[in-house]
Amino acid sequence: MSALTLRSRRFREEREADWRRLEALLLKGEGGRTAALRVDELIALPLLYRSAVSSLSVARAISLDAALIRYLEGLVTRAYFFVYGTRARLRERLVRFFRTDWPAAARALWRETAVSAAILLVAVVAGYLLVSRDADWYGAIMPGDMTQGRDPTATTALLKSVLYDAHQQKGLSVFATFLFTHNAQIAILAFALGFAFCLPTALLVAENGLSLGALMALYASRGLLPQLTGWLFIHGVTELLATILAGAAGFRIGWAVMFPGSRARLDAVAAAGRTAGTVMAGVVVMLVIAGVLEGVGRQLILNDAARWAIAAVSLVLWLAYFYAPRLAPTR
Amino acid sequence: MTAPAPAPPFLRRLITPEGLDLRLTLASAGERASAYLLDLAIMAAALIALTVLAIVLGLAVGEAEREVVAMIWLLGAFLLRNGYFILFELSGRAATPGKRTLGLRVVARDGGRLTAEAIFTRNALREIEVFLPLTFLAASSVAGDPVDGAMVSLALVWSGVFLLFPLFNRDRLRLGDLVAGTWVVRVSPARLLADLAADAAGASPRFAFTADQAGVYGVKELELLEEVLRRRDPQAMAAVADRIRTKIGFAPPPGETHEAFLTAYYAALRGRLEQRLLFGHRRRDKFDKA
Repeated sequence: MSALTLRSRRFREEREADWRRLEALLLKGEGGRTAALRVDELIALPLLYRSAVSSLSVARAISLDAALIRYLEGLVTRAYFFVYGTRARLRERLVRFFRTDWPAAARALWRETAVSAAILLVAVVAGYLLVSRDADWYGAIMPGDMTQGRDPTATTALLKSVLYDAHQQKGLSVFATFLFTHNAQIAILAFALGFAFCLPTALLVAENGLSLGALMALYASRGLLPQLTGWLFIHGVTELLATILAGAAGFRIGWAVMFPGSRARLDAVAAAGRTAGTVMAGVVVMLVIAGVLEGVGRQLILNDAARWAIAAVSLVLWLAYFYAPRLAPTR
Repeated sequence: MTAPAPAPPFLRRLITPEGLDLRLTLASAGERASAYLLDLAIMAAALIALTVLAIVLGLAVGEAEREVVAMIWLLGAFLLRNGYFILFELSGRAATPGKRTLGLRVVARDGGRLTAEAIFTRNALREIEVFLPLTFLAASSVAGDPVDGAMVSLALVWSGVFLLFPLFNRDRLRLGDLVAGTWVVRVSPARLLADLAADAAGASPRFAFTADQAGVYGVKELELLEEVLRRRDPQAMAAVADRIRTKIGFAPPPGETHEAFLTAYYAALRGRLEQRLLFGHRRRDKFDKA
């Protein structure tokens, strides 16, 4: 019985060159971008992949060379993910995200968004009422490092100066950057905590609302509430909407974990994760915008009316962007 | 064909549109942990480099520009913490450097496309898997009063559930994998090794085995023999060659090396088994009478 009669060997000799070529193309394509491949190589790749697929299924049927089968399995798996895993170009993906995916995902979360907004609102009212009845609550609600001297013992003049005299504080832009990274981290945490049956997310959202309410009560006690709202909401509208959406995304996941409905729990959670993840990616974008408004807009615009105008315009724009009815996208 | 052997615990089906089962192997918890530690080390090194750079820059420039340096540092650290995993997994290989080193990649559980949202989600969940336990751990070292200590311990246990989650399910899913609909599989970077049967082609014709001699063993023994031949450990080859010679009653001609004999026998056995495979008989091992 001569070795030359081994069919599996002849089989390998006939196809080996194709496999090597596919391997070389994969190495080239995986390393950088698809742009690294020439046009003829791009055309050859799916063909080579398909022939490797057929090689593997033949090899499994006729060959007992374990090393060969292992090699082919590795090669075909890599090629499969390269051929079928290719995504649209970055620019197209971004355009689709902002045009359809993100607002659609946010609309799909409308119920969770309403709950999240209600929690925030109730917390703001509660914080306001608590502090306006008894100023001692302020210290309990506000974390110490966030007050920067804005507490009930401060003079009205100091409280007022914080609102307008942006340059009085050194390192304010650094502080704004810090606030952005801090807020974004909290938003991501709120989202992730949704998995733990929604409750921790609700707590985080409520905490946010409480401190907002407390701050408003403090300024209201000195008759500075209108000025404060201008200072707060120039970026706060965007930031609070982002917080509400982050909470909503967390709720969606936690709800799917608890009540998967008619689907298997694993599938329900994965589906919820897809929608919620899309919303969250957008929330980070919103927080960047809020950070810019806070760091730049608030320091340049000292006029109350202008601040209110920006706040109102941003509210209308965001709501319209998310919820306004629109034409179905043409495909 | 005989009944297929039971699938190993980490083998998963993935049927391609061409109708082929890719038989993916899931990464083990140990591999996942090693890859993660590797990534952490890289991130730590990058953070240290960033910090040193910021300090040097901060000393070089004036008071006014120092703020800019501080902002760059803050944003850089934020991007490193949240962007490292996301950006690397968005790339063509869907793996961070740590995962690449261990030959792993992230894959959508349904075999479809790995979307950017899924990657974002699976990495956002790291906040409660890793960061939350770390926060409580840090708090536990600060907590002085026993009630606080007990609370922190409870919180640590609670958050530890998230961290150790992969150990409690058979797919080794992290929380992030669960929510994003992904899992991590091994992509073996196997090289194409030389065909052992090719070496036997030039062998002398004195290794002429009868059909009976070549048909003693099954597929399992063939694979073992292949492994022995690839490893080329002289002791193991001598032991195996002696066993086979005794079993098939093959008298060694003078001057014959064990390796030459084994190579020739490997080719003969494979030829015999593959021939029977074509007729629909897959002989699993030497006890298989089919």
